[in-house]
Amino acid sequence: MSIALDVALTHLTSRKRQTFVSLTGVVLGVAFFLAVSSLMRGSEKDFIKRLVDNSPHITVSDEYRTAAVQPAELRWPDGAVAIAHVKPQNETRGIRGYRDKLAYIETLPGVRVAPFLVGSALLTFAGRLQAVTLTGVVPAQMKGVTTIEEKMVEGSLDALAANPNGVIVGRALADRFGLRLGSTLSVVAPSGGNRQMKVVGIFRTGNANYDLEQTYALLKRAQSLLDRPNRANRFIIQLDDPYGARDLALALEARLGYKAVSWVEASEDVLSVLLIRNIIMYSVVSAILVVASFGIYNTISTIVMEKTRDIAILKSMGFHARDVRNIFLIEGLIVGLLGSLLGLGLGVGLMRALAAVTVKPPGVTEIVHLPIWWGPEQYAMAAAFALGSCLAAAYLPARKAGRVHPVDILRGAT
Amino acid sequence: MSAVLKAEHVLRRLGGEVPVTLVDDVSLEIGRGEFVCIMGPSGSGKSSLLYLLGLLDVPSAGRILLDGEDTSSYGEDELANRRLAKLGFVFQFHFLLAEFTVLENVLLPMRRLGRLDEAAATTRARELLERLGVADQAAKRPSQLSGGQRQRIAIARALANDPLVVLADEPTGNLDSAAAANVREILHGLTHELGKTVVAVTHDPAFAAAADRRIGLVDGRLRTSEAAA
Ligand SMILES: Nc1ncnc2c1ncn2[C@@H]1O[C@H](COP(=O)(O)OP(=O)(O)O)[C@@H](O)[C@H]1O
Ligand SMILES: [Mg+2]
Repeated sequence: MSIALDVALTHLTSRKRQTFVSLTGVVLGVAFFLAVSSLMRGSEKDFIKRLVDNSPHITVSDEYRTAAVQPAELRWPDGAVAIAHVKPQNETRGIRGYRDKLAYIETLPGVRVAPFLVGSALLTFAGRLQAVTLTGVVPAQMKGVTTIEEKMVEGSLDALAANPNGVIVGRALADRFGLRLGSTLSVVAPSGGNRQMKVVGIFRTGNANYDLEQTYALLKRAQSLLDRPNRANRFIIQLDDPYGARDLALALEARLGYKAVSWVEASEDVLSVLLIRNIIMYSVVSAILVVASFGIYNTISTIVMEKTRDIAILKSMGFHARDVRNIFLIEGLIVGLLGSLLGLGLGVGLMRALAAVTVKPPGVTEIVHLPIWWGPEQYAMAAAFALGSCLAAAYLPARKAGRVHPVDILRGAT
Repeated sequence: MSAVLKAEHVLRRLGGEVPVTLVDDVSLEIGRGEFVCIMGPSGSGKSSLLYLLGLLDVPSAGRILLDGEDTSSYGEDELANRRLAKLGFVFQFHFLLAEFTVLENVLLPMRRLGRLDEAAATTRARELLERLGVADQAAKRPSQLSGGQRQRIAIARALANDPLVVLADEPTGNLDSAAAANVREILHGLTHELGKTVVAVTHDPAFAAAADRRIGLVDGRLRTSEAAA
């Protein structure tokens, strides 16, 4: 065993209580670091998972990101081109040649896609009126990209596939109109089209607006009702790897020409809030360790002061300043290592305890566990931060010890 | 007799508002195997001179030669290396590390030097303790020993790396007369039996009488007549 380690150990054990207190500081710091980090990151992952599960990974819509540029401006980009009185071409709204584009997307690996035609309509039943979003769907494909199937409380998507005149409505609308499976209501399109349709399914998502205003019909039926034959105006894409959404969205937008928005882009605000939350959280939990390191600084400073004679005699014997400095750095290291180790143990214990906590959010029947993240990098982070602050705390007194001039001490003693 | 320790016009001055001259133009030679006493009134600079000779302090002017080596250009670490390998110190207070046993205290310089492996070092430490008559105290802590025993262990520690010179600053200053006589005899024995060079600062006339040579110091200067001291 090296002398420095030997001496360091005797110093720490000769001041058991103070060592214990600073060790406790590190242990608690590391444990809180882990508990808070695992909870915050856990809730973040949980939140993102919900976000990813419940929102389309990529939405391609019949919009352009930028307005079309006049060909003349493209031809002479630096020229003083001024074009006046342009009458923009009146395009039929929707994704042009949607079948080809859809077929292309379907060839990509790890991708599920469904076409939608989203429009507005008016529902009337027994003299009541409700403006709704009427979405034309292909049930088989829709199943692959939405969780609507799980949200059905009555009827099913398959019933819609089987009944070209079927319509699926939300629970709120069903309640308002007093609809049941098999009820017939009339659907009026803005273009004047009008059709009697039969309720074949009722869903409930929990989102009040959605449950009132969202209505599904077959794509074909919607196309004819809305007078947009052979059109779809939205693709919803789900990926096996949601984190590839950003890149794929860019690629799709470049290839298809239509705006493709990934969930990452759509929830940029939320994600940046999460990032800021993480920064704040890690600052706060790190602050605990910084505070703990003051305890170590105090302990080691005291030891240095108490042991100046020992330091002087070691140096007079021929120990270098570095040897002496190492003694006290090792003391910091020991407290840091031991503190990290015990802290990791306590932290994992706290995480287990937190993971066992169940909460019952209001209005929800199921009991949920606190989301705890078990990711390994937080252990490394906590330990590294603890070690770093312990060494930093030990450095100043260690340097002071290394600089002790034996003659000054010897003179004082005689 | 070749000079093992040599001071050439050594001056040690402390700066500050009122500069203090601790050691003033001291030149001396100490031969191998000599037992030399430095004497003089309190505050005359005896300790200061001993620190300079022991490479614990560096002269403001002049130079110290140890074993023929000019040390004036050496940095802190190089001086420390010379102290470790060639010098041993005994002070008025024993300065043993309280948390280590007697044996461990004696082992410290050997472990730092690393010339002997653990087993050989332990054997040597035990031999030294034996020689100084404190072998039976090896496992004890310094606090369990008497003043005379502690000082003998400090001597054992000073001898650990088989130094050329042992420098002692009032080694008996804190001991009763019986213990002092014992330490004096031990130091005397070092020169006569082991051929070590001993430089000791002392107030004790009996101690001085046993020395081969006495160096007198007044106000940091050598007294012209050494014999008078
Ligand atoms: N750091 C210092 N500042 C000022 N004066 C000092 C300092 N150290 C020692 N002295 C003075 O230098 C002189 C020599 O001291 P020292 O070598 O300890 O003498 P001795 O060992 O002979 O008693 C004394 O007068 C002492 O007061
Ligand atoms: Mg003195």
